[in-house]
Amino acid sequence: MIRDITIGQYFPGHSPVHRMDPRMKLILTIFYIVVLFFVSNPFGFIPAVFFLVCCYRVARIPVKMIAKSIKPILPIIIFTGILNLLFITGESVIFTFGPVHVSWQGIYTSVKMALRLILLIAGTSLMTYTTSPIALTDAIEQLLSPLKVVHFPAHELAMMMSIALRFIPTLVEETDKIMSAQKARGADMESGGLIQRAKSLIPVMIPLFISAFRRAEELALAMECRCYHGGEGRTRMKQLRYTRLDFTALGISVLLLAVIIALNLIPMPFLDWLI
Amino acid sequence: MGLVISTEHLTYTYSPGTPFEKVAVNDVSLTIGSGEMVGVIGHTGSGKSTLIQHLNGLLKPTSGRILLDGRDIWGEGVKIRDVRFNVGLVFQYPEYQLFEETVYKDIAFGPKNMGLDDKEIDKRVHEAAEFAGLSPELLDKSPFELSGGQKRRAAIAGVIAMEPKILILDEPAAGLDPRGRNRILNQIREYHAFTGNTVLLVSHSMEDVANFADKILVMSNAKVFAYDTVENVFARSEELRQIGLSVPQVTNVFHRLLADGLDVPKNVYTVGYAKKKLLRILQGGEDSE
Repeated sequence: MIRDITIGQYFPGHSPVHRMDPRMKLILTIFYIVVLFFVSNPFGFIPAVFFLVCCYRVARIPVKMIAKSIKPILPIIIFTGILNLLFITGESVIFTFGPVHVSWQGIYTSVKMALRLILLIAGTSLMTYTTSPIALTDAIEQLLSPLKVVHFPAHELAMMMSIALRFIPTLVEETDKIMSAQKARGADMESGGLIQRAKSLIPVMIPLFISAFRRAEELALAMECRCYHGGEGRTRMKQLRYTRLDFTALGISVLLLAVIIALNLIPMPFLDWLI
Repeated sequence: MGLVISTEHLTYTYSPGTPFEKVAVNDVSLTIGSGEMVGVIGHTGSGKSTLIQHLNGLLKPTSGRILLDGRDIWGEGVKIRDVRFNVGLVFQYPEYQLFEETVYKDIAFGPKNMGLDDKEIDKRVHEAAEFAGLSPELLDKSPFELSGGQKRRAAIAGVIAMEPKILILDEPAAGLDPRGRNRILNQIREYHAFTGNTVLLVSHSMEDVANFADKILVMSNAKVFAYDTVENVFARSEELRQIGLSVPQVTNVFHRLLADGLDVPKNVYTVGYAKKKLLRILQGGEDSE
């Protein structure tokens, strides 16, 4: 059923990760992605993986949720993996088949890329698992607010995002209702070819658009009635404040970067044949 | 040649197996005879909307059966679309489903889906518009030019045009002004009287139900609380109050008069009947019936 679709993947909770300032979570997620690209030798992945697993433990998000978040991009991971495997030319070739060389370097690169992609997705998913969409929009607004100097509409952008998020479930419900109403009049939406099916959506799309416009108008009116005039001079009920928790997290993340850079600097001659 | 619709131990659960699991209809068995006018009352969330969506096969029961003239509508060899043409369902705020360029085309949507020829469609559109009280010149207008009440009637006509043997209306008068409200309800009564088809009317208003229905189905907490004649249901006014429903105001007035020692009947549900009774008492109690 259409109403079973869950929007966003927020897992409410009270773990330290949940309690962190959303701005810090956003910054550290980006930081983690950058750190992933610093990793240049196989041992560097050990602290990177360890760090992320620890974060998931602390957040009390089941690690199997990682698998769920990776599933949609699995084809991309496999595709890039195969490309790297077949077309990276290295010295320690295992076998050659026409233009295709499979080498140890190729295997290494494809594993490295796959791991990097998985960590990247798992890292960003952790943020969306532990941060409500509203908190996230707040964070984006605050982080972008310095750009207001150059007339960047940070507040408006954030407001649009939160309104869009707020109305997704409403529109899903509305779609469900209209579909039922048209089905009750014998509309057939399940059979027929592509064109037939596209056509059968007209009786759903038109009422849906009309109702979306109506809602938008009502909302605009309601906001105006409450004297909404954009972000200027607007205070907020939930003030975002960095706490000791956020600085601890920042410290740990910097430590992670340091460890990875150190691992990069340690000479590892026994790995030369691989890199 | 009407149809009898019945349910057998009908149960429906929303989102089974998730934290949002909720039993919306719990073991409902009832039979609605051909040509009856049934009022359905109950609180928001009492399961009445879920129940009526089962009757035309929009929802598939979690367990139990729905029988149309004795045949299981989810049984083998039954086309669910045919069930929907026989059991017409008008949703709450049906004007939000209008989509065509003209009122005519919108009313014709149902009959067209039935695969009827143009002549038959034309006949049905005009008949349905008349039943719904839409004047013919409105048919060429865009549905979005109509007033709220007209839109509502156009949407109802869209279902009537399929000539369903059973017509179910979910709060057809919700959100209309008193005049539009009376108009729609009177039109439904006329439709029922003229066609002799079964009509189910979901309503929050005890007055409406008392005025229009022969029988009342009371839903409470996903179960059938009562399904009986108007008289028998409203005779249980104390129980109705306990589940948060009420009886028509005029019935309350008569119950109070009775409690104050006046010799008035208990079974008064409509203002018209109340007036007749009161006048008779005031004129000295002679029976003029």
